[in-house]
Amino acid sequence: MSETAQKFLMLGYGVAAFAVVVGVILLVADFAPKRGREKVQTGLFIGPAMLLLIAGLIVPAIRTTILSFKDSFGQKWVGFDNYVWLFSNEDIRAVLRNTAIWVVLAPFAATAIGLLYAILIDRSRFESAYKALVFMPMAISMVGASIIWRFVYDYSETGNQQIGLLNEILVSLGFSPHPFVTDPPWNTVFLIVILIWIQAGFAMVVTSAAIKNIPMDMIEAARIDGVNPFQMFFRITLPSIRSSVVVVYITILITTLKVFDIVRTMSGGTFQASVIANEMYDQVFVQNQDGQGFALAVFLFLLVIPVVIYQVRMLRRQRLEAR
Amino acid sequence: MSTIASTAGSAPVEVPAQDPLPLAARVRRNLTSRTASVIALIIAILWTVPTFGLFISSIRSESNIKTSGWWMWFTHPEFTLDNYRGVLSSSGDVNLSAFFINSIVITIPSVLFPLAFGALAAYALSWMEWKGRDWTFILIFALQIVPIQMALIPLLRLFSKGLDVGGLTLLPALHLVGAQKFATVWVAHSAFGLPLCIFLFHNFMSDLPRELMEAARVDGADHARIFRSIVLPLIVPALASFGIFQFLWVWNDLLVALIFAGGTPQTAPLTVQLAEMAGSRGQDWQLLTAGAFISIAVPIAVFLSLQRYFVRGLLAGGLKG
Repeated sequence: MSETAQKFLMLGYGVAAFAVVVGVILLVADFAPKRGREKVQTGLFIGPAMLLLIAGLIVPAIRTTILSFKDSFGQKWVGFDNYVWLFSNEDIRAVLRNTAIWVVLAPFAATAIGLLYAILIDRSRFESAYKALVFMPMAISMVGASIIWRFVYDYSETGNQQIGLLNEILVSLGFSPHPFVTDPPWNTVFLIVILIWIQAGFAMVVTSAAIKNIPMDMIEAARIDGVNPFQMFFRITLPSIRSSVVVVYITILITTLKVFDIVRTMSGGTFQASVIANEMYDQVFVQNQDGQGFALAVFLFLLVIPVVIYQVRMLRRQRLEAR
Repeated sequence: MSTIASTAGSAPVEVPAQDPLPLAARVRRNLTSRTASVIALIIAILWTVPTFGLFISSIRSESNIKTSGWWMWFTHPEFTLDNYRGVLSSSGDVNLSAFFINSIVITIPSVLFPLAFGALAAYALSWMEWKGRDWTFILIFALQIVPIQMALIPLLRLFSKGLDVGGLTLLPALHLVGAQKFATVWVAHSAFGLPLCIFLFHNFMSDLPRELMEAARVDGADHARIFRSIVLPLIVPALASFGIFQFLWVWNDLLVALIFAGGTPQTAPLTVQLAEMAGSRGQDWQLLTAGAFISIAVPIAVFLSLQRYFVRGLLAGGLKG
């Protein structure tokens, strides 16, 4: 059997397994004995998802935490050695610094640009076309986006024909070309631009929907009072859509913390542009330093814990209000 | 009419003759809206040019791509499909079609499983009464934010080494070869996609009217029946929006694929191969352009045709972990 046929056969098995599992769940639910049927159905409904979550996320996450206190073979306990390494190693400090720069710049810039754009195009004649253009990068993989941006950042030495758009612009303005991807520390910022390019569309769509929910008479009243656009933004628009802006910011923040694909595709984390997620991959799969890789993963998790707590509190408040 | 159109913010009820604003204010408003349009246009262009450049490059010849910028195309227009042939035909430099098929084989089950399990679980969390329900929901909600980096490697080892608890083998080591490895990618993607899926579906389902459910109960329908004949038809838009979400996520993913599917043409999806080409064949610009364009064409087509559902999913809120 050809390799392609084998793949589609596997796909067939996968889809069949799906049909069988779902069919069996619904069938058993239907024919469960009348007494205790509620209980059986509850178990059947929540069970498969919980099983998948426990086996695929919760248990592995606990194992990662345990292994972060062991050596690279997962044999001997080494206490906090991997964490000490994390904060004392010169290279890793650069990685942490880069991640910090990502976290500071990307969520803020993407949210701000998306919000600005949403306000500018609100109720304009070609609003949906405008939206589609900025939203499009959301559908593109970060790998694809990185390749797209190679044509923006490409660098040839002075005097050579430039293939990268930015360097062509620099040269035609009389400056010398700049190696955007390979020159630290600014190369990190140029990688961040790619993520901003991807995420601004998301920020735009969510904030745009929120803007449309602001009561019209409030805006009209402010207009009649003669407020200027800045007052309108800071006194009416922003306070009215605050919660949406927070959700957008947090979502992009979490994406940014885990950024991997862009760094991997643009430079593989060389030229001092690595970030935590990329370094973790390298430690485990390239350096075979599993314990150190796991420590990086746990550190990443610790960074999102405040967000988790904040989100859970917001959720519980929402649910209390809904009652 | 033109004044109404250019004062973009005003509602249609506003008739020019009754415009309460003095002339100076109206002129100022027109000017601001013009500045606004210009800035919006600049952002739109900035956001479109990089992708456009890739597309133009992909239809230029290899020698031109390597020696001149894509913008030269405007003065020296040309059209060739050689780059696409180079990555798609079996005699080409790199054959992406195998990776393309892998992407499809990985994506379809990875979307179906969380969709079904997520819908069932969301129903249990919104309409069934059981002990620990609220805490389970909060746990799942929190799991959305936990970085998948926490789970990747132990999950991978679970497949390769199995699971023993106190000498009892709960899961034997799986020795998967060739196309069988796809199964591990499905499991990984399904598990990682579930928290967001359950959260989104829960949001939709808990908004359904209580009277509807109670009426069905009075008529003697049990939960399985209500789920199938009442809830499922009503949440079709939610199914569509999460389906697109998960499709884009899986199709565009690099990390999970790299770890679970590896880098061989047997199982690796397009993203893995493209990232590999960008590293090792970074100078083969012509192959990169066509390859990247093929990989982004599918999600963009799905996205453009189903944008409405996708946006609705985004607005229902959710933090992908």
